[in-house]
Amino acid sequence: MIEFRMPSLGADMDAGTLREWKVKPGDSVKRGDIIAEVEIQKGVVEIEIFDEGVVEKLLIDIDEKVPVGTVIALINDGKDLAGNILVEEVAPPIPEVQIKEPEPPVVAQKEVPVLPDPAPEVPHPVAETNRVRATPLARRMAEDLHVDLRQLKGTGETGVITKEDVEHAASGTPAIDTTTPASAPFTAATPKKSSAGVDHSAIRKAVAAAMGKSNREIPHYYIESVVDMTKPLAWLSAYNKKQPPKGRLLPVVLMIKAMAKALEEVPELNAIWDDGLHLKEEIHIGFVVSLKGGGIIVPAIHQANRKSLPELMALLNDLIPRARALRLRSSELSDSTVTLTSLGDNAADKVYGVIYPPQVAIIGLGSILEAPFAENGMLAVRQVMHITLAGDHRASDGLSGSRFLQAFKKHLQNPETL
Amino acid sequence: MNEATIRATILEILSEIAPDTDPSTLSDTDQLRVELGIDSFDALQFIIQLDERLGIEIPEEDYNRTGSIADILGYIREQKG
Repeated sequence: MIEFRMPSLGADMDAGTLREWKVKPGDSVKRGDIIAEVEIQKGVVEIEIFDEGVVEKLLIDIDEKVPVGTVIALINDGKDLAGNILVEEVAPPIPEVQIKEPEPPVVAQKEVPVLPDPAPEVPHPVAETNRVRATPLARRMAEDLHVDLRQLKGTGETGVITKEDVEHAASGTPAIDTTTPASAPFTAATPKKSSAGVDHSAIRKAVAAAMGKSNREIPHYYIESVVDMTKPLAWLSAYNKKQPPKGRLLPVVLMIKAMAKALEEVPELNAIWDDGLHLKEEIHIGFVVSLKGGGIIVPAIHQANRKSLPELMALLNDLIPRARALRLRSSELSDSTVTLTSLGDNAADKVYGVIYPPQVAIIGLGSILEAPFAENGMLAVRQVMHITLAGDHRASDGLSGSRFLQAFKKHLQNPETL
Repeated sequence: MNEATIRATILEILSEIAPDTDPSTLSDTDQLRVELGIDSFDALQFIIQLDERLGIEIPEEDYNRTGSIADILGYIREQKG
């Protein structure tokens, strides 16, 4: 029997609300099937299963909100519960620091984090802290931010202290009870949802949590290079001339493929940091999509190195509108192994990214612009693009980053081989 | 297809690619990219839809002639004429 748990879909998620079951007891499921729709800060997400079996029992009801790690369904795989090791395989591919919310007070004393926490700067008496009902993320943040959990009132679904409570306590503002959004002072002036149904304040909070965590924990280093775009753009223009509008490619598709191929050569940047460097075999590029009303969302482009340019373009045509409508699948939100942020046309010259934990690198592409460019002792005006890499200095060094940028430029100069 | 129908189709496409905006409030000379916050991905979707719904295939070198509704109407008139 497999215990299917509420998956973690990013460093910023600690609970999810079931909106729909896509299966019923007795249904057969296989890897990749969507079994539920769950609402999180980033919208309604289709939850995929990574095992085969028959749905035995659905354990939570529609509109029920449960912490990450809670068993929400039992899947019969023909083995008894003694074969419980399979439980681990249900977890999303990127190991997450969040763990099952303990049911206090019975198991609270036994809580053991999946990952060893860094030694707290101000040690709390363990037994006392554990009596407080708080999510594991909130506990770690409280330690980092020197917030005494015992002084806080939880605004989570069942009075549990959430990361927001800790953030508010740390910033000196009162916690906003998310269960009654109308009471929040800013909602009167700011529409909570746009006409497309996107909750921008929730997105802002999710971005804030992930980026705050990154800045607290990841020692970034930055390097940059400039690439002559004349040849790749000429190749692209010639390619697009032969295509109807639907078959045309955007320049960013070349960048995605060049980046994926460069990562094959510098695998230490396609990895996660989880108390040590863990290389990832598959290259799933998290592609930053900006939302119209503000905020970003980062769906994964799976196996970008194995896809052709037209395949990548077709994928973007599907992915970007769904990302903007916050209709992504769980694997798209949780699988990224590295991130690409591309500013596009008429934007800033350069962008220095903030790494999305637990990843170890983010590549930033500025606008393509005309600039003086020296080559072989000659100066000319060319179309150029600034590329930056922000790397986690725990995981890699500037030398790796530099090798990556060189490889990226090399692949971009040979668009016909992408 | 008359110009009113073409204009209505253009507005319909714009409201699909920029769902948080109200293209019906645009003047004919407003710059679409600026007013609707359209990026290069949206712009390509717009060109694709013009082709699929109106049969207007705009080559890349003419993308700069699609800045405003007036520009697009003028371009289509020229092509059809």
